[in-house]
Amino acid sequence: MNAFWGKSSADPRLPIIGQAVASGARSESASSRPSVREWVHDEGMLRSLGPEFAEYADLPPDEPTRRHFLQIMGASMALATASGCVNQPQETIVPYVRPPEQLVPGKPLYYATAMTLAGGSLGLLVETHMGRPTKVEGNPLHPAVPEAMPAASRVAPADVLRFGATDAFAQAVMLSLYDPDRSQTILRNGQIDTWETLYSELRTALERLAPGGGQGLRLLTEPVLSPTLAGQIQQLLTQFPNARWHQYEPIHDDNVLAGARLAFGDDVGINYLNAPQVVLSLDADCFGDGPSRLQLARKIRGQVPKASGAALPRLYVVESSSTITGTVADHRLPVSPRGVVAFALAVAREVGLGVSGGEDYVGAEKKIPQNWVDTVVQDLTSSRGRSVVIAGRGQPPVVHAVAHWLNFSLGNVGQTVEYRAPILVRSESVVASIGELARAIHAKEVEALVILGGNPAYNAPVDTKFADALATVPFALHLSQYVDETSARCKWHISEAHLFESWSDTRAVDGTASIVQPLIAPLYEGKTAHELLAALSGSPASSSHDLVRGYWQQRLSATDGSRDFERLWKTALHDGVMAGTQSDVRTPALTADFNDVIAAQVAPVFAATVSKLPQISFRPDSSVWDGRFANSGWLQELPRPLTKLTWDNAVLISPRTADEHRIRTGDVIAVSAGDQSVELPAFVVPGHPDQTLTLHLGYGRQRAGRVGNGVGADVYPLRRGSASWFADVTEIRNTGRTAELATTQHHHHMAGRELVRAGTLAEFREAPDHPAFMAAHGHAEPHSSMYPERAYDGYKWGMVVNQSACIGCNACVVACQSENNIPVVGKDQVWRGREMHWLRIDSYYHDREDEPANPTVYHQPVMCVHCELAPCEPVCPVAATTHSDEGLNEMTYNRCIGTRYCSNNCPYKVRRFNFFDYNGELREDKTMQLRPNPDVTIRSRGVMEKCTYCVQRINAARIAADIEGRQIRDGEILTACQAACPTQALTFGNLNDEQSEVRQLSESSLNYALLGELNTRPRTTYLAVVRNPHGAME
Amino acid sequence: MTTGTKDDTNSDSLLSREHSFASVTDKIASIVLARRLKRGWIVGLLISFALTMLLFLSVAWLFAKGVGIWGIAIPVAWGFAIVNFVWWVGIGHAGTLISAILLLLKQEWRTSINRFAEAMTLFAVACAALFPLLHLGRPQFFYWMAPYPSTMGVWPQFRSPLIWDFFAVGTYATASLLFWYVGLIPDLATLRDRSKRRFPQVAYGILAMGWRGSARHWRRYQDAYLLLAALATPLVVSVHSVVSFDFATGIVPGWHSTVFPPYFVAGAIYSGFAMVLTIAIPLRAAYGLRDFITDRHLDNMAKVMLASGLIVAYGYLTETFTAWYSGHESEWFSVVNRATGPYAFLFWLLIACNIVIPQLLWFANVRRNVYALFALSLVINLGMWLERFIIVVVSLHKDFLPSSWDIYVPTFWDWSTFIGTIGLFTALMFLFIRLLPVISIFEMREMVEESHGESS
Repeated sequence: MNAFWGKSSADPRLPIIGQAVASGARSESASSRPSVREWVHDEGMLRSLGPEFAEYADLPPDEPTRRHFLQIMGASMALATASGCVNQPQETIVPYVRPPEQLVPGKPLYYATAMTLAGGSLGLLVETHMGRPTKVEGNPLHPAVPEAMPAASRVAPADVLRFGATDAFAQAVMLSLYDPDRSQTILRNGQIDTWETLYSELRTALERLAPGGGQGLRLLTEPVLSPTLAGQIQQLLTQFPNARWHQYEPIHDDNVLAGARLAFGDDVGINYLNAPQVVLSLDADCFGDGPSRLQLARKIRGQVPKASGAALPRLYVVESSSTITGTVADHRLPVSPRGVVAFALAVAREVGLGVSGGEDYVGAEKKIPQNWVDTVVQDLTSSRGRSVVIAGRGQPPVVHAVAHWLNFSLGNVGQTVEYRAPILVRSESVVASIGELARAIHAKEVEALVILGGNPAYNAPVDTKFADALATVPFALHLSQYVDETSARCKWHISEAHLFESWSDTRAVDGTASIVQPLIAPLYEGKTAHELLAALSGSPASSSHDLVRGYWQQRLSATDGSRDFERLWKTALHDGVMAGTQSDVRTPALTADFNDVIAAQVAPVFAATVSKLPQISFRPDSSVWDGRFANSGWLQELPRPLTKLTWDNAVLISPRTADEHRIRTGDVIAVSAGDQSVELPAFVVPGHPDQTLTLHLGYGRQRAGRVGNGVGADVYPLRRGSASWFADVTEIRNTGRTAELATTQHHHHMAGRELVRAGTLAEFREAPDHPAFMAAHGHAEPHSSMYPERAYDGYKWGMVVNQSACIGCNACVVACQSENNIPVVGKDQVWRGREMHWLRIDSYYHDREDEPANPTVYHQPVMCVHCELAPCEPVCPVAATTHSDEGLNEMTYNRCIGTRYCSNNCPYKVRRFNFFDYNGELREDKTMQLRPNPDVTIRSRGVMEKCTYCVQRINAARIAADIEGRQIRDGEILTACQAACPTQALTFGNLNDEQSEVRQLSESSLNYALLGELNTRPRTTYLAVVRNPHGAME
Repeated sequence: MTTGTKDDTNSDSLLSREHSFASVTDKIASIVLARRLKRGWIVGLLISFALTMLLFLSVAWLFAKGVGIWGIAIPVAWGFAIVNFVWWVGIGHAGTLISAILLLLKQEWRTSINRFAEAMTLFAVACAALFPLLHLGRPQFFYWMAPYPSTMGVWPQFRSPLIWDFFAVGTYATASLLFWYVGLIPDLATLRDRSKRRFPQVAYGILAMGWRGSARHWRRYQDAYLLLAALATPLVVSVHSVVSFDFATGIVPGWHSTVFPPYFVAGAIYSGFAMVLTIAIPLRAAYGLRDFITDRHLDNMAKVMLASGLIVAYGYLTETFTAWYSGHESEWFSVVNRATGPYAFLFWLLIACNIVIPQLLWFANVRRNVYALFALSLVINLGMWLERFIIVVVSLHKDFLPSSWDIYVPTFWDWSTFIGTIGLFTALMFLFIRLLPVISIFEMREMVEESHGESS
């Protein structure tokens, strides 16, 4: 393996901002940094850099030592035969003779890249330590990523590295890089083989097909956002004109696409612009799903409630499930899937659309109160140009069309929402596409099938019988990071390079292109899709770097030959976005016969007889998405929003429907749709719509890896192509068995305690200084002490949690886990109450008298609140937990003897204990050893641990400030949770600094201390939840 | 204290009047010096030994895997280990109380029970002391609790009740051991003198430290014994007060209460006397010691239990009252949760065992009925264990934030460790019965002197 970056002769990536902060190099413009150029061109340096990590490059995971890992994860040994055949070369360690200029041991460098998920890209900044990626942050220059730094305290961009928000998936990409279960070799019929053999066999196959113009050659990809890949596919299709290209992914936009075609007769991409004042979500989980999820969360929920100025945006959510978006709505209406259609039509009718349908659902004593429709209409129409209607991807095309119509009618287009050319290279119904492929295979028309990524054998619509069909294809090839269900049915499996090992490109929702650049040379023999396609086209030795760079060189010189490509390229790599690549803004017109088109669509929706049995609502999972993240321990152990369930999926069901079917939480129930049936445990969720079952996709994997195998139940067998999102249940039966569900929170009521204070914006504005809902009952008298007050003269670190902004998305939880090397403990340990997350999001239901079936939900992130009078400190017999003079409650791990008294005495129960040797696999698995953040100690068995306010980040900033002889600036330190939060619900800083954001927030009249009556004087305080309900709905 | 009138039946006196110096010595020393082992003793020791092995196995597994083999978690981070610790320490209370306080108060009826009560104390404290060690996440560093001159320059954190505990239990164990050993010296000399074989003669001889029974010896001995008694007396109050601080200084609802020290001490005496009875009743039956441990003794101990049990009951009442009076919802909730929560069954069982059933002790014929007393002593032992379980576990499992509430379920290893210590305790008791005089010979001889003197 050549040096550091594989085949390219020099490292062509550009660091964002590294330790060169002090060197002055950063004052240069982004596109011309001398230090960076030297770095790039200094090959000698790179060679000396090489052996440092190349040793890991071809290292097999050590087979016997993984046993411990297995015990914890409790998975199968299915993949064990696939590895362990590479000899470890004897290597000599050579120190840096000439150290690379930017590489200072102990100082991380950041590189920009981007990931693709949910129909768009997310810009990432990846922290690397000595060439080893360890942590993901968001890239705020990317259009889909909101800035993480508090707006008020933003320091000059040149001063600090700016981070953007991320979500749980982006954070967890980090873990998958070092997943020892990733495929490491090329397999032919399950046996290890070589790229050369593959290539020769591929050539033979293609040469045989060439005379027919590629007749019989099929290519299956996920929807392609990569311009380079699209160019390569076009080239291949030119070469083989009779070959066919199919696209499929289970979480698809078929209905979005069809809706746009209904409304405009054309394909459009939807991009959200200015922050709206009134939002109507028609079954859209717009904070948890979709390419704009982070930006929408920021625009709609990212405000600090203020007594004056603009009101908080008002969010109406009409939904057929329980989503995080619904939990933070100002008004939420749980309805059946058809009810959403009825509601959309009812609103549209009042706004002026002449289409009937679904009237049965609206009215007094009906599922949709007339008051609701009237209020929404009144609010939308009084906020013309400042409102937006968003339809969920699962809703039928008619709802999308109506949403478009409403946005047009309300004058929102061009204000809060705009239309652009679609960013997909080819917009098509993926269900139809894979259906056609399956038909062709069954008809024996397919001789060679090349599958790039995806896992159709697992997640294709059940009626395509794709898995069975695939096994019959004579020459099938699957490029994949795991030897998964699809690979198992293909003749060839090619290990795919991880995102952080790959060169590629992708596009954001507004079309902006990002270059995906690698952070590390491939740990295994991974290939990218670009390299495989190049091989198909006859050049097996092309590197994806050359392919991607070549594509952009050609494209940019074609459009604007006068510009210096080198400079553009480097800027794009540095910034993480390619400037000026947004797709064209379109101004589509509604089809002339809109009403007729809609009416024709509406009729069948309500014509079908409504069964007495519930309807299924299929949803992407907040942890494993469509199943692709199933082997991520971080995500599997992440408590799912609301249920706080880990390591499982369950049927979400409303209390009333559960009662009707005599189902209780934990009962294993059999759900049938058509001739298919699956069994999985039920979970009763207050507020879930009646007569609806939410099923999360992505579980029950057979070949996910040791972590994900057999976790949960696979519900894809219920999912037909024609009913991707909603299906009628034909039978629901309690099997009489029960399952043990590992949840991290068992009690969701506040037991009459004032844990979350909440009020309305109107109440807040009535008494801005002393809102009525802030008055504490019980102990309010000041506490006095015989002891003198401790003075905090220097920094006084503190945090404020804006509970109005918390959407419960879990990004902070995974960010904390990644930053602080928090172990995964497995289902059994979670079930015993031993999860290790330093930061948890408590969810409480607050019953509403007017609507008992629709309780209000509050999310409360809780981590160590760093009490000034910390109950944990005096009880430790060995002084392992002590107070710093900046107010941090510090854990000295190697002093801890593990009495656990501190945890008992912690009223917030934020301390976590290593009951077992949870980090055992780190010692034994060489690949996993690359993952941890080197700035944070790995904790041993028998010690206590907890949130440190990311003290390593504080100290890094302190060192930087000390070198420059100044104070740490406000906003310079972002804790891991704060940086990840899409809504800036968490603010950290110096409480002694009167100008700091955190100080301002701590002085808000909404600020209160959780359990303040205990006189613990927590440094982390909370802002009361303020919602902005409409007066007419109270 | 008088030994009654001439008309008194045997059962009402502290020592049968037929006994002379020689018969007392013979009777007690023969248990130790008899050649043959009783079958019951062998079976009992074997069972105890097997259970002790179970303890060792559990400890080995614990050290291999970590405290995760137990049922503890967050929020219930203390489970059986601490429950058992407090329970055993409580049992270990009776010894010192009988030895020291009753000695100073000149309660002569203590004489025939003090020896084995002290032994029981030592063994109970040994069992108790195991648990704080075992429950540590990193038991190899237990010595960090001691203020030793560390190269790291770190000292224990003296504000922590666990450090107080470390010292209190350590002092108590040392004082109890000394007291017991000093009390044994004249008897060890007796055994030395009466042994017929070489090995016991040498062994008891060494342990007797050259005791010759001279008047000077006796004079010094009496002074030393009284001094030790005076020293040990505050420990009776201090140990369990300090143990109670582990809880009382915490802020957990159900722990944070100033009534804990006296109520823990009373509870300790309660359970200690119950354990003395549990041992005394079978012991006197098996070895024919009815003449020494008379019904009068049992009656007195039952009265002490009744009194201390009432103090415990008062403690429960006070706790409930202060929780209500505090006006803090978490405090009051913890009381309600005890009575109605998932562990309510155990709570009501505790009330039955510790408060309701022991009221039978008001009746003299219950106090004189060995079967009833034995059953009651077991009930009280169970009740006191439940009390500790409820204080430790039930308080922790639902504290301030409902989001953290969880349930505690002990595992196999929790039980095996607990039962293992019972095995260790009984094994040590069996060995003690066979190797050392269970009743103080010389003090019983004094009783002979006194009872004969008084009646003549």
